[in-house]
Amino acid sequence: MAGNIQDNAAAGGEAVRDASEQLKQDLGRYQLAARDIRDMYLADLIHFGEIPAPTFAEEPRIKFLAGRFQEQGLAGVSIDAAGNGMGIIPGSDPRRNLLVLTNADTLVRDAKDQTIEARSDKLIGPFVGDNCIALAALTTLPMLLERLGIRLQSNVVLLATTRSLERGNLEGLRHFLANSGLAVEAGLCLESVQLGRLNYHCIGLLRGDIHCRLPANYNWAQYGATGSIVPMSDIINRISQIPLPRRPLTTVIMGMLRGGIAYNNVARETILSFEARSESLEILNQVKQQIADVIAEAGARSGVEVTLDIIAQREPGGLDISHALVRKATAILGALGLQPMLYSTTSQLSAVRDAKIPGLTIGLTTGERAFELDEIDESVNIAPLAAGLAQVVGILKAIDEPGTAQV
Amino acid sequence: MKLPGIFNKVMGGRAARRPAPKSAGAEAWLASHTFHHSQFADIKSLVAEKDRQRLTISLCLPTLNEEKTIGKEIIMLKSELMERHRLLDELVVIDSGSTDQTREIAASYGARVCLARDILPQYGERHGKGENLWKALYAMRGDIIIYIDADITNIRPHFAYGLVGPLIRMPEVQYVKAFYDRPLTLSKGVRVSGGGRVTEIQVRPLFSLFFPELAAIIQPLSGEYAARRGALERLPFPIGYGVETAHLLDIYHRWGMAAFAQTDLDQRVHRNQTTHALGKMAFGIYQTFFRRWQAHGNVERLPAMETVLRQFQNRDGRYEQVKTAIREEERPPIITLPEYRKAFNRRS
Repeated sequence: MAGNIQDNAAAGGEAVRDASEQLKQDLGRYQLAARDIRDMYLADLIHFGEIPAPTFAEEPRIKFLAGRFQEQGLAGVSIDAAGNGMGIIPGSDPRRNLLVLTNADTLVRDAKDQTIEARSDKLIGPFVGDNCIALAALTTLPMLLERLGIRLQSNVVLLATTRSLERGNLEGLRHFLANSGLAVEAGLCLESVQLGRLNYHCIGLLRGDIHCRLPANYNWAQYGATGSIVPMSDIINRISQIPLPRRPLTTVIMGMLRGGIAYNNVARETILSFEARSESLEILNQVKQQIADVIAEAGARSGVEVTLDIIAQREPGGLDISHALVRKATAILGALGLQPMLYSTTSQLSAVRDAKIPGLTIGLTTGERAFELDEIDESVNIAPLAAGLAQVVGILKAIDEPGTAQV
Repeated sequence: MKLPGIFNKVMGGRAARRPAPKSAGAEAWLASHTFHHSQFADIKSLVAEKDRQRLTISLCLPTLNEEKTIGKEIIMLKSELMERHRLLDELVVIDSGSTDQTREIAASYGARVCLARDILPQYGERHGKGENLWKALYAMRGDIIIYIDADITNIRPHFAYGLVGPLIRMPEVQYVKAFYDRPLTLSKGVRVSGGGRVTEIQVRPLFSLFFPELAAIIQPLSGEYAARRGALERLPFPIGYGVETAHLLDIYHRWGMAAFAQTDLDQRVHRNQTTHALGKMAFGIYQTFFRRWQAHGNVERLPAMETVLRQFQNRDGRYEQVKTAIREEERPPIITLPEYRKAFNRRS
């Protein structure tokens, strides 16, 4: 009996080793195929990156994407009422759908020069990592699967979403999920960087603008009139003093401050844009109330009009770390020699989660994102792109196995 | 000025001189031989026609310190026109001896990179873009050669297929020149068009004076063009700034306007040149122009000069010539007037 158990354990271990070895071999094959089409991937990346697509004006990018889908003969190529672009790689079972998505909009304003420079090992340009690589992955994936001779059971629905960033607040994706009529089994959200990230859980988010305006009866002629900037500085100081717990992790980012037109003119209006994040909905709501209290008090004390405009609110939540989807994706990253970075995200995954669809967010290459430092130029590395695409194929195959996506 | 022997041989000296230029055909040529790149956007059908004619096409990117732009040019052109479609048969970078990373970056994206000095070394080494273009004819194998400058930051595949399109579709066309949109609006629906400062201040007035038909070429100095090997191999190549002007004059004298076509490639974003650099360019173009002027026997027999300047504007998407009569009359020295001599007590 004991001998049988040992034999079975040995056989089981061997089977796991075989499966692991097979996975490595498969991923190696996917990487080789991805390297073969590198230049087409990079060309699409540059195309996307140089087409202006500020939030609410993504149409030119979506049209390019739809054109690429049509050239490759995808099914259901279309642009929906919210401007999202979609194409479908048909599977053998028309009832099953896997969604692969990324956002089409960018923080680069229309008038900015979006030229991308190609060096031998990297691409450099405004927000080249956010999210041009992921868009190019959508247009490259059909070609890669065809070259690999892979046809999944599920339809692979490729989607570039609009109205994602800032005031867009994932509006395009929410529209698609509510109106497409497709029963989606699982969602895979693509982000350009960083390769190795594996987001299975969404962090709660509260995004808003605080407006500080001078009232109509403001005494402009009074010497020493401070305008709207000084009261706003008081608000900033008080928000920064709100105690934030490290567990559950909670942060407040004050991202933008606008106001005034000249050195010697009193500013009529000052606007602070902020984002609060927390792993706990309860704490996020507490922070929201504390910010509202700060604003009410500041308005009462300074005599200026202070208002809070909440433009986005997302609840925390997502998959459990033991979910089969997370475990299989972790194994794929490991087989690619990558250390999985498991953390919560504020990305499109939250809209997927809100639609009760199990999902993950993954990155496609490494790069330097200077976004937090207010620099718009980013650089992304070319060599890891093959591993990034191989990872997508590997995860899609894993999700395609019946039962993997079930919660 | 003594001409190289090859010049007289190729152009046939006075014997090859075309009749006095006519401007009447310029409008008709403009209408029938001016295209927009979108007319050739069906690359699959271009490739099918190219294969039917058994043509081969080579793309040459002449470089000198273009590390910021060369990588992207190769990615965009090679991926679309060699990998996704088989329009181009080869892509070659002909480098003048860059001291930056140009050659390394080009090679990393799979381009064949040649140093100009290593091509036909027995004929020596000259410095200039024309040298690269001339040597490219030996280094490349295509029946059609496309030249595209390597400093373009907004490169797109249509830069290449827009230029070869007329050559594939129109057997009589030997040489296709690019032109670009300059989005400077004058009034509703009307925009000035044309080239840069040297084109507008030097070349277009020269052509308007002596070759009004050639003035129908909207941007005679654009660095992007495609031509049949059979034409290029019969042309002398100035090694410097005059190469584009020389091509136009020589092809015009040999084959006439029907050998030309031009394609609108929309916008081209590139480095801006200093006035100092443009002065050098203009100087080289004058040399090229007058060398040909002399070769055609016109130095001693200056023909009557035209008095109409031909410029361009775009009206609601169509290019039209704007003709302005400019008659530079001259007054005699004022001292020849008796009234003047009397008033200022001058003797005749």
